[in-house]
Amino acid sequence: MITELGHFALILAFLVACVQAVVPLIGAHKRWPGWMAVAEPAATAQFFLTAFAFGALMHAFITSDFSLKLVVENSHSAKPMLYKISGTWGNHEGSMLLWVLILALFGAMAAWFGGNLPPTLRARVLAVQSSIALAFFAFILFTSNPFLRLVVPPFDGQDLNPLLQDPGLAFHPPFLYLGYVGLSICFSFAVAALIEGRVDAAWARWVRPWTLAAWIFLTIGIALGSWWAYYELGWGGFWFWDPVENASFMPWLLAAALLHSAIVVEKREALKSWTILLAILAFGFSLIGTFIVRSGLLTSVHAFANDPERGVFILMILVFFTGGALTLFAARAGAMQAKGVFGVVSRESALVANNILLAVAAFVIFVGTMWPLVAEMFFDRKLSVGAPFFNMAFTPFMMLLGLILPVGAMMAWKRGRVTRTLQTLMPAFVLAVLLAGLVWTMQTGRSLMGPIGVFLGVWLVAGTVTDFLSRLGKSRDFSRLFRLPRADWGKLLAHSGLGITMLGIAGLTAWQEEDIRVAQIGETFSVGQYELQLLNVEQIRGPNYFSTMGTVRLSESGHDIALLHPEKRNYPVAQMPTTEAAIDYRFMRDVYVVIGDPQDNGGYVMRTYIKPLANWVWGGCLIMALGGALSLSDRRYRIAAGARKTVQPQGVPAE
Amino acid sequence: MRALLLVLMLAGSASALTGAFAGAAWAVQPDEVLEDPALEARARELSKGLRCLVCQNESIDESNASLARDLRILLRDRLMAGDSDEEAVAFIVDRYGEFVLLQPTTGGWNWLLWAAGPLMLLAAVAAGALYIRGRSTSTTEREEGLSPAEQKRLEEILKE
Repeated sequence: MITELGHFALILAFLVACVQAVVPLIGAHKRWPGWMAVAEPAATAQFFLTAFAFGALMHAFITSDFSLKLVVENSHSAKPMLYKISGTWGNHEGSMLLWVLILALFGAMAAWFGGNLPPTLRARVLAVQSSIALAFFAFILFTSNPFLRLVVPPFDGQDLNPLLQDPGLAFHPPFLYLGYVGLSICFSFAVAALIEGRVDAAWARWVRPWTLAAWIFLTIGIALGSWWAYYELGWGGFWFWDPVENASFMPWLLAAALLHSAIVVEKREALKSWTILLAILAFGFSLIGTFIVRSGLLTSVHAFANDPERGVFILMILVFFTGGALTLFAARAGAMQAKGVFGVVSRESALVANNILLAVAAFVIFVGTMWPLVAEMFFDRKLSVGAPFFNMAFTPFMMLLGLILPVGAMMAWKRGRVTRTLQTLMPAFVLAVLLAGLVWTMQTGRSLMGPIGVFLGVWLVAGTVTDFLSRLGKSRDFSRLFRLPRADWGKLLAHSGLGITMLGIAGLTAWQEEDIRVAQIGETFSVGQYELQLLNVEQIRGPNYFSTMGTVRLSESGHDIALLHPEKRNYPVAQMPTTEAAIDYRFMRDVYVVIGDPQDNGGYVMRTYIKPLANWVWGGCLIMALGGALSLSDRRYRIAAGARKTVQPQGVPAE
Repeated sequence: MRALLLVLMLAGSASALTGAFAGAAWAVQPDEVLEDPALEARARELSKGLRCLVCQNESIDESNASLARDLRILLRDRLMAGDSDEEAVAFIVDRYGEFVLLQPTTGGWNWLLWAAGPLMLLAAVAAGALYIRGRSTSTTEREEGLSPAEQKRLEEILKE
């Protein structure tokens, strides 16, 4: 019954979206307040109806209602509750429902918090947002209905893919979707501004918080996914340049570019048409990501529900929205005239450089991701573009970015002075060079990535801190730091976070140690400065799996550090084994132990890795996200954004 | 009885499927490791650049598939036989096609893939430089100016 109500609510939401996509748009064009006012209640209704539909599906998963096809295919009665809940979005249909739920949520939030937007802009934003939702409601209802019943329900389900039964991955998709879909609101703002023919500082000030929010969620989502890959896949890789990872990374890079270019629009009324273009592209790449995951066009570990019909549908959505928006952009971009004038050496120019590097890096990833397809279609070559290519083609952009970031971030608006900025940053630079040199002499004959990474990381952190402290001026009154705007704190954290992540990546790629062996029970062996002893191996029964669990004593020069329990699990229903690495997390390094198969002559395969600075990779991401959150809570977004602009005459659309 | 048969068949095909991907092997096995550490290091480095054909975007160094194990052993055999890095890789590419190369070659149209980044960077820098020059030589700070349409609207408001 609840399921049918959920299905019905979804159909109603679809109808509401139809109304919301059309009526306010006509209202805004004709200046009919009544028609424009439809948008807000419609957005609210659309959200609650979708939320009800999603709740109904989740209810079916929680109660293990095996009369539902989707529940049978992705759940099992013995599965722990957390994974019954996360199973709701651990499949194609349910995750699409989560997609539209978040789409509707962002639409409703724009309606609720957009009270001070000009009425026509607000009506247009909500209408555009709703037209995206409309397309996805249609997609779900016509090609991927999650509410299909079975005529003969089975006794039990087929279980969720065991790799997905993990706390990190339970929350990875919602965060990622919050990010992907959050960019839809920037897209809607961009398209609405193009229809209005007006982009100004106030517009940038409305768009920036949404971009920031989307970027924060994307950062957390990507970090969670990467962390999961690290501890779950059994050898501690954290980034694979998989098409689907790239699909999430491209919007992240573009969102980061958008964040920064919107600052220029907000403060200096320049870079307007570029910012609009970025907003369109950022969401366009989110749609491309969705297309890649759902169509099975590119082979990937993430691909699920590969169905050509669905792929074509999403391709149509993608072409319609990005193509339409880009056409509109081509027609209207001329109307966006820049106002601010700035010198060649200025914060503005530095932010242009930031945007160039981020956008080109995103396009390099795009070209690399799509190349196998291009090569097969046009040159009849079946080839692969893998991690080595991306490492080589992408890394230089990030190095350049890291190199110029502290200088650019300290540069004055309008007209800066390079020599003065460089002088202030000199101590940070010297520190970075010294530490990198120290590292370089300590390591012999290893990858150069280590010292370079250390240099960039230290330079970023120290440079950012220097910039922050310089806000004190001549006074040594550190309490003043706490009175600085939260946006400054946000900048400090976000930029240092990037440095910390770079340090982590350098440590992991350059100084990892690895040991592979057959260990007998009771045998002690040493890896690096640590001794490991395999104490015993037991067979254990979990709620829905069997496990071979080893107990390993980790010690350093006679001192016990930890008892580790690496596992090898087997999920009998899903017929799939997983490895559960045991990791001793420490500040400076992780010790990562994996147990393998028993050998014929006794003993087990053991893999041990020492992973220096591993946690810094994700710690840096968290700090970046925290910086974003601080910036989001800055006073200028909390007080009625753009309130001071209301005196301005309403823009006449440039028609 | 039929149901039982069906269950058995299902279980059989499922385990066959997972067997292909999981098998007994988990990435590099102790018995594969070569005696000579230098040779082993070369093998590891090379196998990071070779794709496991039955997996999805994994190198044979990471993969658990039995095919990846076969390829690892094949690669080590070639190195043991005295092949250079290039010869060993060429041996595998001859048999499995360039699909096994995770790092695409620069041959044919692939130069476009490799040049894409630098070319786009050049274009973007040129566009950015033009834009910045335009902004820095533009003398009219149009901050205060109203467009004719805005001027008209302002007059309307003032008249009201």
